[in-house]
Amino acid sequence: MKLEQLRGNLTYQALLLAGFSLLGSALLSFGDIKTHDVIATRLAEDLKASLEQMIPADYYDNDLLKDTMLIDSETLVYLAKKDGKVSAVAFMLTTNSGYSGAIKSIIGIDNQGQVLGVRVIAHAETPGLGDKIEAAKADWILSFNGHSLTDLTEPQWKVKKDGGVFDQFSGATITPRAVVGSVYQGLLFFNQHREQLLKR
Amino acid sequence: MFFSETYRKITRDGLWDNNIVFSQNLALCPLLAVTGTATNGLGMGLATLVVMIASNGVISLTRHLIPSEVRIPVFVLLIASLVTIVDMVMNAWLHELYKVLGLFIPLIVTNCAILGRAESFASRNEFKQSLWDGLMMGLGFTVALVALGATREILASGTLFSNASLLLGSAFQCMETTIIPEYKGFLLMALPPGGFIMLGFIIAGKRLLDAKRASFKKAKVELLTEAEPIANTTA
Repeated sequence: MKLEQLRGNLTYQALLLAGFSLLGSALLSFGDIKTHDVIATRLAEDLKASLEQMIPADYYDNDLLKDTMLIDSETLVYLAKKDGKVSAVAFMLTTNSGYSGAIKSIIGIDNQGQVLGVRVIAHAETPGLGDKIEAAKADWILSFNGHSLTDLTEPQWKVKKDGGVFDQFSGATITPRAVVGSVYQGLLFFNQHREQLLKR
Repeated sequence: MFFSETYRKITRDGLWDNNIVFSQNLALCPLLAVTGTATNGLGMGLATLVVMIASNGVISLTRHLIPSEVRIPVFVLLIASLVTIVDMVMNAWLHELYKVLGLFIPLIVTNCAILGRAESFASRNEFKQSLWDGLMMGLGFTVALVALGATREILASGTLFSNASLLLGSAFQCMETTIIPEYKGFLLMALPPGGFIMLGFIIAGKRLLDAKRASFKKAKVELLTEAEPIANTTA
């Protein structure tokens, strides 16, 4: 039978659709098999790189990715240990009080409760305004370094517009307010589980 | 071969006469989402360009097999698979680039212009012409994205190509310029409504230019026909 006649045939069309679906799934499975491990390695490298940015190298001699503790069965805390003692911790923060969608960041805190660093990892804030929370675009995120719950009081853990000590950006207050709030929550979380985290 | 009339027409259509954004008004969803800055526009444009060439190629090769009754699901399936594969491959082996562009890759699936080219060109034309059409349409799309991104970025924050080095590598840092120093910023332009407003202005500008060109052509033709009798009398 010629191709032209075949193309009008219902069975041919059904089989063709099935064939293309099969081809598509085969390609995707093959692609997944080939890239899965590489992508996992890359993501682990990314995580390690951001952890290393949070916690200075002289704070630990262990493998940050392996020494972890699950708190309240939802927050995975990475422990930095020097000579078997916990010197600092790092964990992810998520806040939904930003301008659009969740803002995910990672925070490093030393065993005295001082912020070692904060980096925003994923967000969907307004480009050109709210995205100044990224370390690549502005130094604002560094303003948390060295602060703790003891050197600043609760009302000071806010943006300047709300009577706190942290800058907002011109034209964007909601985004920095959300990040300041989430860092504060992070410190509260650390304080709450301090004993549990540092004892190991 | 690339200078024949067919290829010249494909080139003209893709870049100007039938530009995806300015003439067909397609692909507005990814367009408005990413053109906050010129750099983002460029990134999205290039990623779309690659997918468009690949999808046009594949569809042109299989066009004789596919009956018109089931062509749409087959095209959608092919395009979605292609985009997913590009996404995975970039994530694995071009990871630095992926971190910048990654957000845009899945958005390409929502780009109806790719399906549009598959339907109106690749499924009816031979392989090489389809590849060329994908390239030219993709380039036209990239130009539109960069133009819109650049105007919005200048108006919104007074800069141009900010963070280009994140996308293209540190060698391109010289592209990052501040057009208006000490600019206070104009939030509307960074938000989607600003994109719509700017797009309207750009399309109006293109129409104006096309109208001017058409009337210029007409005047030239009239001039030539008027000149003819004079030439006859002297002869």
